[in-house]
Amino acid sequence: MSTYEPVLLARIHKEQSHTLDSYLADGGYESFKKALGMTPVEVTTLVKDSGLRGRGGAGFPTGLKWTFLPKDHPGPIYLAVNGDESEPGTFNNRILLEKDPHQVLEGIAISCYAIRSNTAYLYLRYEYGAAWRALQKAVAECYEKGIFGKNVFGSGFDLDVRLHRGAAAYICGEETGLIESLEGKRAWPRIKPPFPAIEGLFRKPTIVNNIETMACVTQILKRGIDWFKSIGVPPDPNNPRDAGSYGPKLYCLSGHVNKPGCYEVPLGITARQLIQEYGGGVPGGRGIKAVVPGGISMGFLAPSELDTPLDFNGPGKVGCLGLGTAAVVVIDDQTSMVDVVYNTARFFAHESCGQCTPCREGTNWMQRILHRIRSGQGRMEDLDLLLEVSGGIGMMPGTTICGLADGAGWPVKNAIRKFRSEFEEYIQSGRSTIKPCELIGAH
Amino acid sequence: MPTVYVNDQPVELKPDERLNCIQAAQKAGVEIPHYCWHPSLSVVASCRMCLVEVGDKKPDGTVAMVPKVVPGCQTPVKDGTVIVTNSPKVQAAQRGTLEYLLLNHPLDCPVCDQAGECGLQDFSFKYGRAYSRLAEPKNQKKDKPYIGDQITLFTDRCIMCTRCVRFTREISGTAELQVVSRGSGEEIDIFPGKPCNNKLAGNVVDLCPVGALCSKDFLYEQRVWWLKGKNSVCAGCSTGCSIRVDQNKDVVYRLKPRSNPLAQGEFMCDEGRFGWKYIHSEHRLKFPMQKLPAGITPVSWPQILPALRQALTEAAKRAPEKLAVVLTPFMTVEEAYLLCKYLKSLSPAARLLMTPAPVVGADDSYPKDLRGQAAPQPKFTIRAEKAPNRAGVELVLHHFGGTVESLDSILAQVSQGTLEAVYLTAGSPEGWITDEQAKSLAKAKLVIVQDLLDSPALPWATFVLPGTSWAERDGTFVNHAGLAQAIHRGLRSPGDAWPDGRICFELAGRTGIFHAPTIRQEIAGEIPALAALIVGDLGDEGIFLKSAGETASAADSETQVPVTGGSRS
Repeated sequence: MSTYEPVLLARIHKEQSHTLDSYLADGGYESFKKALGMTPVEVTTLVKDSGLRGRGGAGFPTGLKWTFLPKDHPGPIYLAVNGDESEPGTFNNRILLEKDPHQVLEGIAISCYAIRSNTAYLYLRYEYGAAWRALQKAVAECYEKGIFGKNVFGSGFDLDVRLHRGAAAYICGEETGLIESLEGKRAWPRIKPPFPAIEGLFRKPTIVNNIETMACVTQILKRGIDWFKSIGVPPDPNNPRDAGSYGPKLYCLSGHVNKPGCYEVPLGITARQLIQEYGGGVPGGRGIKAVVPGGISMGFLAPSELDTPLDFNGPGKVGCLGLGTAAVVVIDDQTSMVDVVYNTARFFAHESCGQCTPCREGTNWMQRILHRIRSGQGRMEDLDLLLEVSGGIGMMPGTTICGLADGAGWPVKNAIRKFRSEFEEYIQSGRSTIKPCELIGAH
Repeated sequence: MPTVYVNDQPVELKPDERLNCIQAAQKAGVEIPHYCWHPSLSVVASCRMCLVEVGDKKPDGTVAMVPKVVPGCQTPVKDGTVIVTNSPKVQAAQRGTLEYLLLNHPLDCPVCDQAGECGLQDFSFKYGRAYSRLAEPKNQKKDKPYIGDQITLFTDRCIMCTRCVRFTREISGTAELQVVSRGSGEEIDIFPGKPCNNKLAGNVVDLCPVGALCSKDFLYEQRVWWLKGKNSVCAGCSTGCSIRVDQNKDVVYRLKPRSNPLAQGEFMCDEGRFGWKYIHSEHRLKFPMQKLPAGITPVSWPQILPALRQALTEAAKRAPEKLAVVLTPFMTVEEAYLLCKYLKSLSPAARLLMTPAPVVGADDSYPKDLRGQAAPQPKFTIRAEKAPNRAGVELVLHHFGGTVESLDSILAQVSQGTLEAVYLTAGSPEGWITDEQAKSLAKAKLVIVQDLLDSPALPWATFVLPGTSWAERDGTFVNHAGLAQAIHRGLRSPGDAWPDGRICFELAGRTGIFHAPTIRQEIAGEIPALAALIVGDLGDEGIFLKSAGETASAADSETQVPVTGGSRS
């Protein structure tokens, strides 16, 4: 595995890697020119055949999503690129946008051509100041060089890329929340149907894709389907619904590891390999208590589950919600799971948009129960109550509009199932791990 | 016929009927609890109270159920849709949602205005659990006493259904209300310095399913279970909003709009909603009065009616063309009919006059855009014509050959001596005659004033008949679009005032008691333009005069007489 040569991150260590000159010197925007030589349908088919699945969390096949657009729509059709990377532990979009924005912009250009869209909106997380500046510069360079604008490269294709900086809300990463936010409204996710591909931004057909997906599109055009399919995990023959996990993935390794960072690795690496080979193990040689496989909302891998391949199917088989954003957070054996789960619950209670009752009240209730447990006032029945609340909120039981509540409930439910004895021991001991400084609050 | 199955009970839909699960279940008589959904507002599916299980009945009889619960408000039904509202899964979801809603709800029902008509109380009783599992203190949010001149917000009672927010955006278009903050810290609020004072603002109080938004006018006035409601029609303008008058011990406490798709829809304006205060005015006329040699004296009805009849008969004999009755657009159809009929029985030459409806400004339509311009397809209109029954009274008037003339013109005729005896019916809550105008009445030999409020005309009157407000009488109002709706007597009149219908009925010397449906049927037989009234009971929604109702004599081609037309039969 360690012999894999990074592709998406190939340029990030170069001098001035974020500039157009440097990108053009490395053969930049050739893929876009290549795409312009094809028909939009051909590009869509190419992406569809590559087996590229969305990198934003849900892992929906990108090419398939593009085909959901209404045929022969008079337009406009929009592409909304989701750079509201807010899942705790995730920072791969940030690396791409700060160090190699043109790779992403090229992917956006290709995707726009494929879906016959003339306008792309890039929604960037508020906190990403450096990425914002790099993007602004990159987009300006592209307009200057005629890569964006009217009649790009003399092909007759018009392309506008607009940047939008969010206002620091997790929910704006939900695709319909992002659309609402782009429209200037409160980012309350929309009820579906209609799905964005039918009626999205400004009530027009809209495709929402992730930043990393866009970078992958560039590379697929550049290197071809065969290259992409040679990386990763083919579909499980026993599961007819599995679309496979092809291609490289940017894993964000953080937490208790010696070398945290963003690593480009073929999909399907196990958590143990990632931590040992790339992360250099846990500091001080301590043991691993739990590993978050892909962003905090996905749940936890217990130490016995570390050999789970981190592809689109692996985490799901051991009770996690999925691969998510492939943000691997390592938790060592000195950390209390009660504290970890509390921190998670606090995050989601703070980020719940407050539209649906179960999520608005449930996330807050879970946080308060966990806070009470941490203050030494826990009761054994609280654990069952937490399980009931965390299992009852979300899109899966059908009680909310979007998936935030699923992500809020999953780590709580998952941790109590996998680490119940630790929770019970904590409650019985009556101890408190609240430190006075926490009273000030992190926000 | 598309068929939907609600808890195994088949419900047939009309071929082009587009309903959601809540509406389909309503047709089957099954209640699906809901908060955020409202028939006149957009669907947000956010309260998650209407969760149901749905499925599809295949032609072979098998049912494929959706594996999760879905919001009934957001799920359209089609042929073969199966709705289950009482499965353990649905009940668990309902119980869950109610527990979340009540989690931070203060449960201050004993001091809450909404108690007794509260969605939280009702649904908790039916679908919720009896106790809370919250061990922590409840979130407490600060009350906002000033949301608008008429509206106060008890923030902690709010369940964030956002009906009020959507109302101000979609119906009034003024968008004063909004959601601030997020998650469980969310609150309804106004932008600082921009209170919710639009002309439809009072509706947000009705829309609020809990006691969060309260009307300052009604606040702490009365427990709702003491209130007795009677269906009526707002007399504020010619829109004729269907309303309910809520009173206790003959004191009106509030007016509430009723849903009536034929009239105004679901709402009413604040002008009408708070415009009933004159009903309890201290200037109400309470006793019949007659000018005797000793001056104007209160007398009893049995005394005044024969005297009045005699005076009118004499006036009709003396100079019938100088005797006139002046109708107003505030009367009911029945009163106008009885009075016209009586006067014409005295002498066919007696004159029938009517004062025009007061017009204030122009029609005011909603929703408004940011510049205050009304949308091309208004959802609610406050009409400039500030009287409830111009159309109805005019139909009667034209049938009996009367004319519409301004009060000044009528008074001028009195001054010139072309009119000697005038029977003035008033009923307007605003002053209808000035001191200066009233002086013209000095020339008249006989002045009869039938009114509910004191006015400058009284000193000149020979007979004063204390009438009643619209809330205290039965009858029919015809709105701007020709919709005839029944008003009902919701409370007793003060003192010895009689409902105007009864005054006219007894004055005409009729036997029996005044019964509006019977008179309505009589009118239908006599006045072709009002033939639709033959049903007697107009129901809650009323009937259109032009398109004859089911039971009205549809064959009678004369029902097609235009509202403003008509001729003497």
